[in-house]
Amino acid sequence: MTVLEFTAVVATVSFVAGLLGALTGLGGGVVLVPLLTLLFRVDIRYAIGASLVSVIATSSGAAAAYVKEGFSNIRIGMFLEIATTFGALLGAFLATRIPTSALAIIFGVMLLYSAFLSRKPRPPAQRNLPPDPLATRLRMNGSFPDLDGPRSYNVQHVPTGFSLMFGAGALSGLLGIGSGAVKVLAMDQAMRIPFKVSTTTSNFMIGVTAAASAGVYLSRGYVDPGLAMPVMLGVLAGSLIGSRILVKAETKSLRLVFSLVILVLGLQMLYKGLWGKI
Amino acid sequence: MEVVLGNLLRSGVLLSAAVVLWGGCVYLSRHAHEPANYRVFLGEPSEFRTIPGIIRSVINGRGRGLIQLGLLLLIATPLARVTFSVVGFAIERDRMYVVFTLIVLAILLYSLFGSSIGG
Repeated sequence: MTVLEFTAVVATVSFVAGLLGALTGLGGGVVLVPLLTLLFRVDIRYAIGASLVSVIATSSGAAAAYVKEGFSNIRIGMFLEIATTFGALLGAFLATRIPTSALAIIFGVMLLYSAFLSRKPRPPAQRNLPPDPLATRLRMNGSFPDLDGPRSYNVQHVPTGFSLMFGAGALSGLLGIGSGAVKVLAMDQAMRIPFKVSTTTSNFMIGVTAAASAGVYLSRGYVDPGLAMPVMLGVLAGSLIGSRILVKAETKSLRLVFSLVILVLGLQMLYKGLWGKI
Repeated sequence: MEVVLGNLLRSGVLLSAAVVLWGGCVYLSRHAHEPANYRVFLGEPSEFRTIPGIIRSVINGRGRGLIQLGLLLLIATPLARVTFSVVGFAIERDRMYVVFTLIVLAILLYSLFGSSIGG
């Protein structure tokens, strides 16, 4: 393949990944690395570098819209970013030390987990939880505009959420993804933050988290301009268009298809990693 | 404050995308018919992985240098966002969150300048 053909095909695939990621809310970054390595035979380190850069672009692009709507909680975000950026820095250093087959295996497990999580029904929202002393001290409790006026919430289990976020940051730095799946676990399940607040706050945090590992990736030569260019522009265009045309009716079947794609990619990554074919 | 943040993020991303696109056009106009090969990991040469190297290659009119400059701008966008938050919390006289935000800022700066990319 010539450079021109390669750029055009990679840009198209990235565009579709960004579009589907935004439409289903599952994020496009998670399928990019496996697609680049399995389909285009790109070395996983170049793929991770390009994917990480596109994660910053989509997060900052989407966060711009969310911040204005008053859903995201900047205090929760900033406090947890201490954990995610520290984790991301560690993850990025780890990524430069462990063999690529191990990276592929971890990636495969992460994809299977994301596919599983996307099919699992969301636990019912618990209202009127008692205020947690630590969360109150950290001034994390807040309110957001709901259908029937502003709704307040009390954040729970801050230490558990903080540790999980460290893990989410490390995975993000290690694999070049936004690791939204782990962030959901930390913020929804552990800290009991309402869905609308947790998704928008997490989106807001992803860019900062990814920026913490991007410096390490850039300096280690993982970010190839020829590859990162079509990936970043494609994913950004796809996700911007995807977030504009949020069609309610068809997202359910779309989500099913997309999670099946994630499942298949996860199995492939595991296979390649375990049999040393990466 | 939050509106300023939103606009800052958006303009940062659009500016970096424009620079990357420009660099991409320059790069493609020169290398379009060469074979593309990313199977073997070689690592980038220093002109594409350190800040002085990137600036030098931009001055020399290299397309890939421009792409890397655009990506640097993209990485700098969250950095600017965090810096703005420090100011925001300082205005609100929230000392605890000024400290938290400064910790995040320190980690980001270390990643960008401490991990040998600066030189």
